Order: sequence, then C-alpha cells, then structure tokens
Amino acid sequence: MAERVITCINCPMGCRMTVTLNENGEVTGVAGNTCKRGEVYARQEVTAPVRMVTAVVPVRGSAMPLSVKTRSPIPKKDIAACMEALRGLRLTAPIAAGSTVLSDVCGSGVDVIATKTVD
Amino acid sequence: METIRKALVIIGGGPAGLAAGIAAREAGVTDLVILEREDEAGGILRQCIHNGFGLHRYGEELTGPEYAARDIARAAELGLGIRCGTTVLSVSPERLVTCVSKQEGLQVFEAGAVILAMGCRERPRGALGTPGTRCAGVYTAGAAQKFVNLEGLMPGRRVVILGSGDIGLIMARRMTLQGAKVLACVELMPYSSGLNRNIVQCLQDFDIPLYLSHTVTDIRGRERLEGVTVMEVDEHRRPIPGTETDFACDTLLLSVGLIPENELSRQAGVPLSPVTGGAVVDDRLHTGVPGIFACGNVLHVHDLVDFVSDESFRAGQAAAAFLRGEAPDAPAVEVRDGEGVRGTVPQRLHPDHDVTLMFRPAGVYKNAAVVAESAGVELARKRAMIFTPGEMATLPLKAEKLRGVTAPITVRMEVKENG
Repeated sequence: MAERVITCINCPMGCRMTVTLNENGEVTGVAGNTCKRGEVYARQEVTAPVRMVTAVVPVRGSAMPLSVKTRSPIPKKDIAACMEALRGLRLTAPIAAGSTVLSDVCGSGVDVIATKTVD
Repeated sequence: METIRKALVIIGGGPAGLAAGIAAREAGVTDLVILEREDEAGGILRQCIHNGFGLHRYGEELTGPEYAARDIARAAELGLGIRCGTTVLSVSPERLVTCVSKQEGLQVFEAGAVILAMGCRERPRGALGTPGTRCAGVYTAGAAQKFVNLEGLMPGRRVVILGSGDIGLIMARRMTLQGAKVLACVELMPYSSGLNRNIVQCLQDFDIPLYLSHTVTDIRGRERLEGVTVMEVDEHRRPIPGTETDFACDTLLLSVGLIPENELSRQAGVPLSPVTGGAVVDDRLHTGVPGIFACGNVLHVHDLVDFVSDESFRAGQAAAAFLRGEAPDAPAVEVRDGEGVRGTVPQRLHPDHDVTLMFRPAGVYKNAAVVAESAGVELARKRAMIFTPGEMATLPLKAEKLRGVTAPITVRMEVKENG
C-alpha cells in the first residue's frame, strides 16, 4: 500500500487527490476528486505520466531557430533524453511546418515535427 | 506626404487583427489593410511555442505558431493586405492613421473605420518599485521568451522568476529545458494566478520551488545581475524582517501582469476603463469614438487566444456593419460591475440581440452564481463550482430577456454560505 497526493490539472478547482496503490503499483483508489475527469487524470498520472515536449532547434541557413513539438505526448521520464536528442540535430532550411525532424524520439514511437515553416 | 483612403484600417496583425480582418472581409469589406509593426504577422503567438492553443476553436491543442499559421493562411486565401514592418505613430478622432515603414516612409490612411488590435504589454520592473541596482539581466518573461524562441539566444544561466503568472511558469520550463537552472519562482500573493496545469508541468516536473507570499526585495549587481534577496510578506504584502534569503543568479524574469497597450487609443480620444485598462465599448466592440472599434488584449487581457479570436471576429463584423451604415435598433444601456465582479465588457449594450458579458471575479468563489439584473429584474444567472480571478468568466444574456430593458444592468456574484 502506498499513497500519492497530486493536484488535478483539468480545471481551476485544482482538486488535491489522494491515489492509493497496491504492492504491484496498481491503482486501488482515488479520493478527493470532484469529477470523473479527475480520476482519469489521477490514474494516468501516477502510473504512466506523459507530457508534450516543445522546443526550439537551430537551423543552418536561418537566423531564427525552428520551433518543434512531439507529435503526441511522450513518457515524462523521457523529457530530458528528448531534449538531448534535439540538441544533436543538425537541420538545414527549408523545413515545412508539420514535417518530421526526428523520428521515434528515445524509442517512444513518437516523432518530433516542425511547428513552423523555415524557408 | 501621401494620404490613402481605406474603408477599414486594422492596427495590429496578431490573432485579434487577423480575425478581425478575416471577418470584415467575409462580411464584404474588400478595401482593408492590416498594419503590423513586426516583420511577420502572428503577434505574440509567434514566440509561444508551447502547445495548448485552439482547444475551444478547433478542438485540438496547437502551438502558438501553428494557431497563427491557420489565420495567416485564411487571410492569404482572402487576399487580405497585411503590411508588416509598419509602425502606427498616431490615430486621430477623425480616423486618420499615420504610420511609417522602411518601404513606404511616412503615410497617412484616411479610414472609414479603424479596429484597434494592438494587444497588451508586460508590466516592467519600473512598475514594481523594487529597490536595487540597474544592472543587466532583469527581463520581463515575455522578452526572455522572445530571445529564446525567436532569436535562439539564452538570456542567462541561473534564473529567479518573480510572479507566477502563466508566462513566468512557461518560461521556467523553457529556460530549464534549454539548459538553464531555475532556482525559484516567487509569488507575492498567497496563491498563483497561473493554471494548475502550468504549476504541475512547468514547476513541479522540474522540482522548481514556488514561494507563495514572498517577493524580491533587492536586486544586486554592478554590470550584470549577481543576486536577489527574497523575503516572505505578511497579509498586507509587507516584507517580514528576518526572512531574507539570498539567491545568486544572473537573471531575474518578471511575470507580474499585463497591461493593454492603449497609447494610440488615448491619442484618438477613445475613453478608457480604469478597471480593464482598455477602451469602453458597447456590444458591437464600438468605442466611444464613432467608427473606432477595439478587440482582443488591447480591450481587456484574455486568458485564451480562442476567446480573442471570437471577440475579434465580432469586431470585424461590427466594423463591416458600420461601414454599410447600419446602426443599432435600440439605445445603449449601461452595464455595471456589482459585488464580486470586475471589468465587465462590454460596458454598455444595445438590448436588440444576444450579448455575452465577460468579466473577472474579484476573488475566489466556490459554489457560487453570477447574476445579471436590471431594475430588480433578473436577466440571467449562471452557476459554477468555482470562479477565480485567474479565469475570465462569461454570462450570456438572451435577446428576449433584454428586449425593452432601459435601466442599467448590474452583474454581481451571489455566494451560498458553504463554510
């Protein structure tokens, strides 16, 4: 039995929720939430938290950096490795918004894509 | 100097100006121009590379550049003229818009209608009165965001953030991800005005401490910032002696509020509200000067760009109606802030169609209702589990309820005692 207290991020209520986990790390209960969305978030957040990562990377031939994002959220534990992988990128203009600049970042199965166009 | 006649001149090519232009064009105004100071349209969205924009409008979470790109693409489809690199110097009550650009030099537009869409700016260090030296390394969070995201420059390596508004929180994460060490986020109030999502994902994810009821009381450094002193404050926001903590840092970011940028509006004689810092408008977003409209963050600071776009579409449609010579059917009725309500927009309305009021709750109200009434008659009521100052609230008024209303409308918070 373990307990974790987390803050719900779905709305300004910011419910303080207590999540109970068993020995196998499975969620056995969520308390303190006001609505169903809170419970769904709590279960996800304590078992497999995910985050979108956005960043800027330099582009040869452009004075401005390129903004990029993971196409979908990646495991929270991979954020630092994702940034490290982005630091190793060597990109050259032109790059179109939506195009992949790094595939399968950190083995997450998620691509990093450009969020603007650099001519 | 050249004078050019234009049906509609829109000042600002951010999300507000773009939406206003698109709506005006779709409503039949062909002779219009958007004047934008920067080299590209898109406004502050260009530097907001994080995601979360567009959930209401598109049902998906876009980054700032992606959100802007959609409006820019639509504007291009419609053939809207966007003049970038063009700074407006003045607007007169007669709607003469004077601007300057490298390409065209000084120009004057004689406009049939003007839409003010200049957005807002950040409260600077000077507005805080924090003692200390005038060293380099003190930036607003938005200025730092521009350096990092648009210019690829890091403003510093060891960072303290004063203010826990969303821009400050977002920059705490951005600076950390790009390699800086963020030592602390310091907030004067006993609560953060930022979203819970940002507190969790921008501070807690990176173990950045949030000091509530604290402030920066000293800024030190000869050439470059060397450190700041942080102190706890009492319930009157006065520093408590003996609570000093020093942080060695080379960068202090300020995220201490936004102010609508209304220098041009003032020159044009547009009456402003001391509460919102923006123009006083009616339900058509029409200011007190005929033919001048205002929308977006120059009117009142919004939380979400989706609502800026929505308001600005209405401003574009209203300007088009004005240019067609249409006038409201009914005289305007005043709208006043009642108990627990601040900065209601519009401040007056013509009771001839559905109108949505927008305002900020004056405090945190749980299990409360917001009520609009006129001469003792209730016009609308909306309940919510929570109202907070950090989230703009809305109250829709139905045309059938508004018909015949002539007495001022008051919007107030009604709180049930629930301990």
